[in-house]
Amino acid sequence: MTGTPALEVSHLHKCFGALQALRDVSLRVEQGEFFALLGPNGAGKTTLISVLAGLARADSGEARILGHCVVRDYKAARRQLGVVPQELAYDPFLTVRETLRFQSGYYGLRHNDDWIDEVLQRLGLDDKADTNMRALSGGMKRRVLVAQALVHRPPVIILDEPTAGVDVELRQSLWQFIRQLNASGHTIILTTHYLEEAEALCQRVAMLKQGRIVALDTTASLLSSAGGLRFEVTLDSDRLPEALAGRAVELGEHRYCFSLTSAAELEMILAGLRTAGIGTRDLALNPPDLEEIFVRIMEHA
Amino acid sequence: MSGFRTLLYKELLRFWRVWFQTILAPIITALLYLLIFSHALAHHVEVYAGIGYVEFLVPGLVMMSLLQNAFANSSSSLIQSKITGNIVFVLLPPISWLEFFLAYLLGSIFRGLTVGAGVWLGTMLFVAPHIEHPLISLVFAGLGGGMLGALGIIAGIWSEKFDQLAAFQNFIIMPLTFLSGVFYSIHSLPAFWFNVSRFNPVFYMIDGFRFGFFGVSDVAPHTSLLVVLTSFVALSALCLVLLKRGYKLRY
Repeated sequence: MTGTPALEVSHLHKCFGALQALRDVSLRVEQGEFFALLGPNGAGKTTLISVLAGLARADSGEARILGHCVVRDYKAARRQLGVVPQELAYDPFLTVRETLRFQSGYYGLRHNDDWIDEVLQRLGLDDKADTNMRALSGGMKRRVLVAQALVHRPPVIILDEPTAGVDVELRQSLWQFIRQLNASGHTIILTTHYLEEAEALCQRVAMLKQGRIVALDTTASLLSSAGGLRFEVTLDSDRLPEALAGRAVELGEHRYCFSLTSAAELEMILAGLRTAGIGTRDLALNPPDLEEIFVRIMEHA
Repeated sequence: MSGFRTLLYKELLRFWRVWFQTILAPIITALLYLLIFSHALAHHVEVYAGIGYVEFLVPGLVMMSLLQNAFANSSSSLIQSKITGNIVFVLLPPISWLEFFLAYLLGSIFRGLTVGAGVWLGTMLFVAPHIEHPLISLVFAGLGGGMLGALGIIAGIWSEKFDQLAAFQNFIIMPLTFLSGVFYSIHSLPAFWFNVSRFNPVFYMIDGFRFGFFGVSDVAPHTSLLVVLTSFVALSALCLVLLKRGYKLRY
């Protein structure tokens, strides 16, 4: 990959009093990537986004959007960047269209209605254009936040938990729209707690824990590096035979999960169950998913 | 500069949409002051020879309303945006700290002048003093509105909750405006309070504004102009430093 990276962060540090929110974070996202920023609450994802957006200032280190330093060259950097904030904020005095017109104006864009109409239509907001923001449901307000981030057609788009508290239909239509944006060349960076979304959408993933990057790799190689298989079984007994008890994680009533390194182990487990006279009601064999890898990395980092 | 234009327009629209509260209400309040004080004091007080008390009161009330509303505009706009979180929409775009300052400042001045003009028109129902030097009054009105507008930006940035802003308003703005000679000449005060008043920049705003009306004042108008101009520049400079650093706005 060549050319100016969409995002380049080097040795960022940020403290809030005694709390170290970011510790030596370095990261590079190329143009056109679909990138996920994952981590538990308080890991520093939102702080990192705030530094990139100019809402927070790093104590040391540097961040660039398409080559523009977010502090020294903040005007150019902010023009290249669209941010969908996590908090559901809105101006209660304005309608949806006014909100988007004002947002365009803040970027120096007048007569932006053609693009505003297109964004409204693609986000399913066209019939709400003249509705006051106060009258919208939470999901609709979230769509307006997305629209606001796009008024100036930014090449780099950051979405901070865009699907938190959003119904399935909107989630799907939102991702479809974001995928289209990515396909037409926009760089997308997102944070989410729904790891299956990140797994399905993102080519590369960074995982943060306590302000530090603990994993940074392509989604595919994270998934393959984990190796092994996940064997989920539902039993007709409420306990495992003693020989197997230490090897499984209990998922729920009568449900257990085994991590396998080879298929031979599966035969051993089934034999163990048969010997103990325990029947299986349901079973599934899956490759590990991003969620499992995430949990493993967070435990060991 | 079109980010500035839009932000200024939004600031104007914000108070204009609720003109009942932001313009009409303070005009009514000022007229009630005029009604009560003129009824109670008109026959007892003559501050300047040949100028009736009601006439004397008019420029003071106009300026007081103007100043209080200039402060209220920027401070309440900022605290509301901070508390509802929509301040982020003006922090994300490429709006410079100078544009940010000017938009909020001009919004405040405009609201102050609108309310001041409304109070002045309202007082014409009671008394219509001849204005000696309208331009001088306008200069003091603009600078006074600017100073309180800048102070409002500082208060709005500093406050994290509505009660902190209310404290700023009750313990700083109200004493400054009430102890400024709106209702009296400071020469009628005891020595101690006379000296205290001389350190109140709002006193000079009102005195200079009143000079524009009557051609007489407690202190020389160019002294007042100097004090008001210095205060305005100092507060604007402080405001710009805070905005440039991102104090309490960009962590």
